[in-house]
Amino acid sequence: MAQAEAKWAQMESAVKAAQSAGDNAWMLISAALVLMMTGPGLALFYGGLVRKKNVLGTMMQSFVLMSLVTVLWAVIGYSLAFGEGSPFLGGLRYLFLAGVGSAPNPDYAGTIPQQTFMVYQLMFAIITPALICGAFAERMKFSAMLLFMALWSLLVYFPMAHMVWGKGGYLNAFLGGRVACLDFAGGTVVHVTSGVSALVCALYLGKRRGYPSESMKPHNLVLSFIGACLLWVGWFGFNAGSALSSGALATSAFVATHFGAASATLGWIVAEWIKTGKPSVLGAISGCVAGLVAITPASGFVKPLPALVIGFGAGIVCYYMVTAVKRRFAYDDSLDAFGVHGAGGTLGALLTGVFATNAVNDALKDPAGRPLPLGLVDGHPAQVVNQLIGAAIAWGLALAGTLLILKICDWLVGVRVDPEHEIQGLDLSLHGEEAYNLEA
Amino acid sequence: MKKIEAIIQPFKLEDVKEALKGIGIDGMTVSEVRGHGRQKGHKEVYRGQEYHVDLLPKVKLEMVVPDSRAPEVVKTVCAAARTGKIGDGKLFVYEVAEAIRIRNDDRGEAAL
Repeated sequence: MAQAEAKWAQMESAVKAAQSAGDNAWMLISAALVLMMTGPGLALFYGGLVRKKNVLGTMMQSFVLMSLVTVLWAVIGYSLAFGEGSPFLGGLRYLFLAGVGSAPNPDYAGTIPQQTFMVYQLMFAIITPALICGAFAERMKFSAMLLFMALWSLLVYFPMAHMVWGKGGYLNAFLGGRVACLDFAGGTVVHVTSGVSALVCALYLGKRRGYPSESMKPHNLVLSFIGACLLWVGWFGFNAGSALSSGALATSAFVATHFGAASATLGWIVAEWIKTGKPSVLGAISGCVAGLVAITPASGFVKPLPALVIGFGAGIVCYYMVTAVKRRFAYDDSLDAFGVHGAGGTLGALLTGVFATNAVNDALKDPAGRPLPLGLVDGHPAQVVNQLIGAAIAWGLALAGTLLILKICDWLVGVRVDPEHEIQGLDLSLHGEEAYNLEA
Repeated sequence: MKKIEAIIQPFKLEDVKEALKGIGIDGMTVSEVRGHGRQKGHKEVYRGQEYHVDLLPKVKLEMVVPDSRAPEVVKTVCAAARTGKIGDGKLFVYEVAEAIRIRNDDRGEAAL
């Protein structure tokens, strides 16, 4: 009898170990995929869109964030985002990653080491501020950018991540929040915050010298193309990885992500084809990114066909944002960080409230253990209101936080490069090098 | 001596080189240039931002030949570079005061 019990216990622990190994393998790969989205993905995507005198400066912004945010995350960021604290900001229990080791944190992911969860979430904290760089491309001081990004992480990203994903966060649907906002992989946390902050940056810094009369054509769309393809692939880590396990939910999110990107690409180029007569490559890759953005909050909650709808809508809405709306209000969101991430993220957050269903994700249960209805399609229209509240908080925090941080940076170091440096280009004036030394 | 400067369509360069080789001319300098005469440019659109591109890529050929050969060279280049459409380019002929081969100081037509 005792022997049988021992055998049973042994088998149970073997099953646990096997599940942990499977989940951990996928989560480590996902973490690497999300890092790949920033460098080289976003660096190439943005780098190709600027003029050739600014390509290194633009790529450097993404790359240096891979370093800067990592250090911040280790010291305090992870704790402020995921430590238990107030509904709006985490506490200091994980300061310097204290206690973050091989044991799982069952609040977040019970089958993988907390260290895996920590490093996976770090990659999100890296790419989010990097997205903002598209708005102030070709004209921000490097010193101001570093200061801005450090403060922005502390004042906007960590609080927002805590509100939506942290235990006890104000908007956390699963871990004791007041308003149950559904954000699977960062529609509000990543894309609304970065996109809206991007708009504030574009307005605060003003237009690039010569915009829009001088030619500011993308200097190398081949780089942007490669970058967009890396983003598409990396996004599987971003969204499917957000299942925090390697089971059916990860598959569902993977499929939704892919479908969203595909139909958004078609949406954008169809709109463009009708409007200008030609479907462009830049349009196709922009549409794909817009779809990936919009499907992000919904990816772990929606079926494949709604994913197609969300993507197609994002392709058309974001096309309209970067063409008609940008022209109408005449702001220089240089690489369309607001038009794609702000608009696409908001649209995705709201549509999540429409299409989320417990047929895909039954993590939310009533006291009797039955899955609760999620979105409008489950007969729960109030979810759309919750999504609206979540998006509004992200908008408000991004607007106020970014404006305050820009003022501080402007006062301390000045945010905009000197006119002669801007004309010379950031590569030479800020970094002392050029990207294309073809005579060398 | 005459300097012949021809601005032609880039895709006609090989034809022109072949034709010149056929009449025994193989010294020339070629540069990639941009410009336009009567040819209209084209429109490019990047995320709704329109650019009118009116300076188009062309190739400039320069060669210096003895006076006696100049008419034949001009005829050959024009014939080889012609498509009959706007944008074929232009050809200019100049007088050359002196030519010097840097290697050995040959002067005049001997330097060509």
